[in-house]
Amino acid sequence: MLGLGARRWEDDMTRLLGFLYHQEVLDEQFMQLQQLQDASSPNFVMEVISIYFRESEKLLKNLRALLADRECADYSKIGVHLNHLMGSSSSIGARRVRAVCAALRAASEHCNWAGCLRSLALLEHEYCYLKNKLHELFQVP
Amino acid sequence: MGNEAIEEEEDMDILSSMWPDDLMNAAEKQFNIESNTGRDMLEDVNIVEDPSVADFKRLVELTSYSEKGSSQLAYLVKSWEYKQANAARLLNEELSILSKQRQEAEIKKLEIIEAHRFEQEKYVGNKRPISILDEVYDIWGAAPKRKNEASYNNNITIDAEYDSINYWKQRAILLEKLLEESIQREQALLQKLQDNVNNLEKQSSPVDELSQILKRADNYLHFILQTAPVVMGHQDKELRYRFIYNHFPKLAEEDIIGKTDAEIFTGLGVKESQDLKREVLERGLPSKREITFETELFGKKTFLIYVEPVFSKAGETIGVNYMGMDVTDQVIKREKMAKLREEIAVQKAKETELNKSIHITEETMRAKQMLATMSHEIRSPLTGVVSMAEILGNTKLDAEQRQLLDVMISSGDLVLQLINDILDLSKVESGVMKLEAAKFRPREVVKHVLQTAAASLRKQLTLEGHVADDVPIEVIGDVLRIRQILTNLISNAVKFTHEGTVGVNLHLLSEQYTEGSKGYLEALAAENASSRLTIANSLRNQSYSDQEMLTCSEAKETIQNCDDPAELSSLSFEENEQPYEKIVLLHCDVYDTGIGIPEKALPSLFRKYMQASADHARKYGGTGLGLAICKQLVELMGGHLTVTSQVNRGSTFTFLLPCKVPPKQNSCGDSDGDALISDCEVPDDTSSDELSGSFIFKPHSLSSGFSLCGSVIHKSNLCSNGSLCTSIENSRITEGPRSYSYSPAEAVSSNFDTSQVSRDKNDDLNEVESFIRGADECHTNSGSNISQRLTDSICSSTEGNSCGSGECEVSCRELKQEKEQRAKFTSNGRPDSSETNLQPKILLVEDNKINIMVAQSMLKQFGYKAEVVNNGLEAIRAVQSSHYDLILMDVCMPVMDGLQATKHIRAYEENGCWDASVACLDPLKIPLDTEKCRKRTNIIAMTANALEESAAECLAHGMDSFVSKPVTFQKLKECLQQYLPC
Repeated sequence: MLGLGARRWEDDMTRLLGFLYHQEVLDEQFMQLQQLQDASSPNFVMEVISIYFRESEKLLKNLRALLADRECADYSKIGVHLNHLMGSSSSIGARRVRAVCAALRAASEHCNWAGCLRSLALLEHEYCYLKNKLHELFQVP
Repeated sequence: MGNEAIEEEEDMDILSSMWPDDLMNAAEKQFNIESNTGRDMLEDVNIVEDPSVADFKRLVELTSYSEKGSSQLAYLVKSWEYKQANAARLLNEELSILSKQRQEAEIKKLEIIEAHRFEQEKYVGNKRPISILDEVYDIWGAAPKRKNEASYNNNITIDAEYDSINYWKQRAILLEKLLEESIQREQALLQKLQDNVNNLEKQSSPVDELSQILKRADNYLHFILQTAPVVMGHQDKELRYRFIYNHFPKLAEEDIIGKTDAEIFTGLGVKESQDLKREVLERGLPSKREITFETELFGKKTFLIYVEPVFSKAGETIGVNYMGMDVTDQVIKREKMAKLREEIAVQKAKETELNKSIHITEETMRAKQMLATMSHEIRSPLTGVVSMAEILGNTKLDAEQRQLLDVMISSGDLVLQLINDILDLSKVESGVMKLEAAKFRPREVVKHVLQTAAASLRKQLTLEGHVADDVPIEVIGDVLRIRQILTNLISNAVKFTHEGTVGVNLHLLSEQYTEGSKGYLEALAAENASSRLTIANSLRNQSYSDQEMLTCSEAKETIQNCDDPAELSSLSFEENEQPYEKIVLLHCDVYDTGIGIPEKALPSLFRKYMQASADHARKYGGTGLGLAICKQLVELMGGHLTVTSQVNRGSTFTFLLPCKVPPKQNSCGDSDGDALISDCEVPDDTSSDELSGSFIFKPHSLSSGFSLCGSVIHKSNLCSNGSLCTSIENSRITEGPRSYSYSPAEAVSSNFDTSQVSRDKNDDLNEVESFIRGADECHTNSGSNISQRLTDSICSSTEGNSCGSGECEVSCRELKQEKEQRAKFTSNGRPDSSETNLQPKILLVEDNKINIMVAQSMLKQFGYKAEVVNNGLEAIRAVQSSHYDLILMDVCMPVMDGLQATKHIRAYEENGCWDASVACLDPLKIPLDTEKCRKRTNIIAMTANALEESAAECLAHGMDSFVSKPVTFQKLKECLQQYLPC
């Protein structure tokens, strides 16, 4: 009974992961991350992901604040934040978040405030989606 | 006129009784209005009149001819006539009144005379005079009342006695007086009438009045036209000036009047204006035109000219009025405006052009980015699959599983190769492909390509190669691409040939000293910076297996071959510094005795995804990309690729390739870079001479079963290759087998040396293996590591040779396995102390927590530990306080970025002192062992931009290599293997 449950859980997890890969929410970098998890660090992925979420939430909040006022949006600062977010996202393999980051960065490089806002909204959406899915992934049992 | 009015008033006093009040007023009113409104009328005239009618001298003449003039005159005359008529009417009325009075006076006189007679008769006869008097009185009563009526009556009063003679006498005298007075008055009136008439005639002469009015108009017109830049004139039928008003008086009137334009002045525009006037004359319609004059008289001026015809009363044109206004300034302004507008338009066009090109550039950039991502996106999951399969291969598997896995891996490699092909092609097409310029030896390239083909040959085919003697020993070009072309063509030939030979013929077609193939050379020059570094990298990759092997005997001199990147880069730098001298056109045939190509298939042969026929595609497989890539590559290098073929007899692919020849070097051209390449090339027994250009690879039985990986075959291959790999070393090793040495490393190397000297392959193998075994048993973990590595590297070089293009990759994989094993050892609880001695010191410079975690974790998996700092400045501080074997440096960081930090570290390594901005604050921290510190530290950039530009930037800042983010096992492994010395 227990064995069966574990099996089912594994199946679910694999299915979900497969779905996420297929949707390009995650990419092979996430696999790499999973490979890094071994007996010496059993919760490695969880740790990384939670740090990622903590950091990203801060960054997103900052981005939102920086873009609050059209007149005094500091695009260079936005770029710095974005680089950070992109770096972490690509490290955990959050592909779609990274792609939206790239779009946002392109908009900020052109000082396109409206474009920035649009991309930011999309970014927040993608981020939430990723967060939910990953939570689901780790909460599956 | 005022005088007249006053006079009349005087008259009125006298004649008041004779002027009916109402009539008088009405007349006077009319008259006064006329006189008062004289000024208004003038202005009326001014408005109605055409401005061109300002010719006073010839006005009469004109007005009598022209319709307009006459109508104007008629108007003036009419108004004058009206006034005259008025005056005449008044006078007539006065006259008629006067004459009436005279008649009455005469009747009265007659009556008086009659009465007198009647009196006398009555006097005689009997008559009643009173009734007459009464009657007289009645008459007077009927006459209009007069103010001085009383005086008349008074005059009649007589003091005499009525009806006396005296009375009648007195009365007669009185009446006579009265009559006389009346006559006098009549005469005075007549006189006055005469005066009035005279006066009237004198005062209202039409010409005078008219000329007065006209004079005033003239004054006004002059006043208005005084400063206006206009010319007005009237010309007759023959276009001779009859009048001119000229604001620009350069000519006296006499010079103009009676002459035509052409007679007055000459130059540009005169004829045009003449023509215009003539046209107007002929057509009878006014016209306007702008004419630019360029005459001696008044220089360059533009006039807006209006010409209107003048008609006679009969309706014929008798001349033209013309008016010109100087619009030179306006025209200049207008032209300036036009010019400005034009400039703006041009600017706008430029702007759009620029925008377009910006757009295109952006598109190109995007395409480039896309390509870079594509290459990454497609390749990385595939490498993931393949490498995971390989990891799987390391686990315990039974024979069948292993075979399946091998198939899996080889197909994975195939797909990878295919993707590489497609990417190559798209790279070439999108212009991203960059050519490298490095020295290489064509003979060895040919030889190696043939060897590779021979190694994987599964048919009974003879592979032969011939390189003519005139082909230079070394040429400069992109050796990898040339090999790719050759390999492609040869494997193609092998694929379609079932028996016979496949061969390569290389000879020199021509030589020239000018820059014949400029495009290629330019490309070479342009790629200098990046290619230099890429060469270094690729050389390192190629020489990897050697390196690994040679590190066993690190104490010896072998390290010089390739280890020092600084030396390498400086070498390649020198190469590029050398002036271009000589260009040779190499002619290369790849022929076979295969199935041939039907003539109709030839045109589409080099097209993408095209094979000679669908049947072939099914039978022989392949994507049809190979030839397309070859052709594109050859063309990119400035050459061209052609084919001739006969069905069932074979085909020959020929390509011409311009290559630069490096100038002769005194060290007989054996530079390190080439040595490295030739290290990988496997000199066969058949060829040992550098200049020998012929190679033949006969079919042999061993190769047929290669894919089965039989241990015997494997080993025999291993041995031959092992010896070949280090054949360079042969020259150095002249002594016999060494005695056992003290350090394990020494022992390994010496033993290895021995193996190379010996010709008996099987013995070699045994010896090596036994030694390894011995080392494993006898020595410490380091020894086992070395032996492990030795085995691996030998294996890798074997496989490298057998797999051709994938040699580096395979060797890397092998090494990875080794590393993993090592990691396992580490985790198996080996004493840490011994481990740390061997542990290379790694510094991880990264600001992103996630990246730190991932990188650290990965390093841990490889059995390494890294110190972590968060920015460039901290990295410098860390380097200041201790030495690191390897620094993994993020590029994009706060405070100080990776590029800056690297620059500082490199500057320190060169000069021995830190830049003032980052100099160590705490003198105690300065390490004592400066010698050690000044050894070059390997710095590897971790960059988020996979594009070549940023790679070049990293390398330009003194970094040794770069890993693109996100960091993967594979990339990190390759990097660590390459740069960690142990």
